[in-house]
Amino acid sequence: MAEIQNYTMNFGPQHPAAHGVLRLVLEMDGETIQKADPHVGLLHRATEKLAESKPFNQSIGYMDRLDYVSMMCNEHGYVLAIEKLLGLEVPERAQYIRVMFDEITRILNHLMWLGAHGLDIGAMTVFLYCFREREDLMDLYEAVSGTRMHATYYRPGGVYRDLPDAMPKYQESKFRSEKDLKRLNAAREGSMLDFIEDFTKRFPACVDEYETLLTDNRIWKQRTVNIAVVSPERAMQLGFSGPMLRGSGIEWDLRKKQPYEVYDRLDFDIPVGVNGDCYDRYLVRVEELRQSTRIIEQCVAWLRENPGPVIADDHKIVAPKRVEMKGDMESLIHHFKLFTEGYCVPAGEAYSAIEHPKGEFGVYIISDGANKPYRVKIRAPGFAHLSSMAEMVEGHMLADVVAVIGTQDIVFGEVDR
Amino acid sequence: MSDRYEILATRLDERFGEQVARVASSCSELTYEVDKSDLHEVASALRCEFGFEMLMDVCGVDYLTYGSDEWTTEDATETGFSRGVERETVILDEADTFPERRFAVVYHLLSLQKNLRLRLRTYTGSENPPIVKSVVDIWNSANWFEREAFDLYGILFEGHPDLRRILTDYGFIGHPFRKDFPLMGNVEVSYDVDKGRVAYKPVSIEPRTLVPRVIRDDNRYQADLKDRTNG
Repeated sequence: MAEIQNYTMNFGPQHPAAHGVLRLVLEMDGETIQKADPHVGLLHRATEKLAESKPFNQSIGYMDRLDYVSMMCNEHGYVLAIEKLLGLEVPERAQYIRVMFDEITRILNHLMWLGAHGLDIGAMTVFLYCFREREDLMDLYEAVSGTRMHATYYRPGGVYRDLPDAMPKYQESKFRSEKDLKRLNAAREGSMLDFIEDFTKRFPACVDEYETLLTDNRIWKQRTVNIAVVSPERAMQLGFSGPMLRGSGIEWDLRKKQPYEVYDRLDFDIPVGVNGDCYDRYLVRVEELRQSTRIIEQCVAWLRENPGPVIADDHKIVAPKRVEMKGDMESLIHHFKLFTEGYCVPAGEAYSAIEHPKGEFGVYIISDGANKPYRVKIRAPGFAHLSSMAEMVEGHMLADVVAVIGTQDIVFGEVDR
Repeated sequence: MSDRYEILATRLDERFGEQVARVASSCSELTYEVDKSDLHEVASALRCEFGFEMLMDVCGVDYLTYGSDEWTTEDATETGFSRGVERETVILDEADTFPERRFAVVYHLLSLQKNLRLRLRTYTGSENPPIVKSVVDIWNSANWFEREAFDLYGILFEGHPDLRRILTDYGFIGHPFRKDFPLMGNVEVSYDVDKGRVAYKPVSIEPRTLVPRVIRDDNRYQADLKDRTNG
């Protein structure tokens, strides 16, 4: 009998299921994977080194570009680390706004994940449904910060500005009938908070809709149940966090265990998986969509009742209002100093971790007392997850690689940094 | 700092004695320094006896230019403060010896059962290339993090199963996150018509400083003043 040899296969970096620029070198025995070697770094932009070369505030925009589907959460990790070093108090309203936008971002991220994961393993419709709801959330980003994706909305000390009183509306055009326009703008007549509240009312029904397509779907289950099982012990060894850890049955969520901002005042539950396979991680993330909606509802109710400042009143760190600058010499000086030189952060080091949609997103800053950080290290959850790729796909079929990439929720912006 | 951390600190001091040294922190985080010869022993004890079952992060640091600025603001001359940017001289990285505490490796540990975090730092640099013991056998998650620290800082990890470059390009020369590596890099790529392929050539961009690095004394952050305002 002729000897059958293993062969090596190259997957990516230009492959629609590689979620960006993942290059996998796979050693195959027939259609079974014997060894996988992920090559990353094709999207490496040296964000951390760039951050060392500019004042603290100028790097907030870079954080959006790390995990480019959950932008504000990245910013949150970074500004929290700076606030920790400065010992800066954040007004309560800003904390609620941040929590609300963190959860909006979580929904954004999970919708992107659900759509892409579904598309990868054969469910086209979910993708279209997810992007329909995603669009409304993108509009919220745009309404509050002016951009749909790279918001740069969080600042050390709070957020850039308060929530707008009016929601932008669809404009008349020859491609849209008056009836359509009315339907599209129906929820946008009131303030931004009205629009968010309307969203939280209709979103649970949308999640039901996704679930009818997938949860009991025979094909979906065949592709995910018992695929890439990770035991709780291995999950801890491999440095998993977020839904990956919870999918393996470990109840660990920084929002509950080490609460930051106002999470300790909000009511929500942490879903936990049982088997640690792709299907359980899917269930965990879908339940997180519902829980995030609950959190947003509570934030909206609080924000309606409690107006107030949204950024700290310390002009050594936070730029004064433009109006104040016109008549007040001191404000003008502060403004000039902040935008030419920035602020100096006391020497020391801080690590701040937040519950990012993908897991623990940590920012470690070392400051030597200058106006620029001495070292910024970003602990990206995806990096730790991807490093376990080899172990997770071993012994599975080639088609399951795609399911594993999907379940890890890989985004290369944060893996390569 | 909360009591739970103080209790942990006492236990750590009792268990390790001279092997570890606590570092003061301004933001309630527990940091210990450990000599690199003791690192492996301390790390495995932390995992087995103290319940730090997760290693969240391994971070390389280059302390070469720590505390140096490009703009002197301390003393004024008769013409006022210095206006110009004093450019750092670029130190070429071919020295046979480094300062002993030039490089550091920082480990961030997390205990799920006790809900505690701990930072461990070890200095290296007396040898060229700098070397520390790998902790992959204690925490498997260290694998890629150590590869990253090797790639970006050139720190070797003794006992690592597969120490290859991870983030930089195939065939990259140098360790880009070292402080003596220019921000612009050394090479750039473009399509070469004569050669008919993409080719490397020396970088053509001039480095420039938009905002000078400046260190200012701020009385508000002085420890004794802070205590007075707090109570």
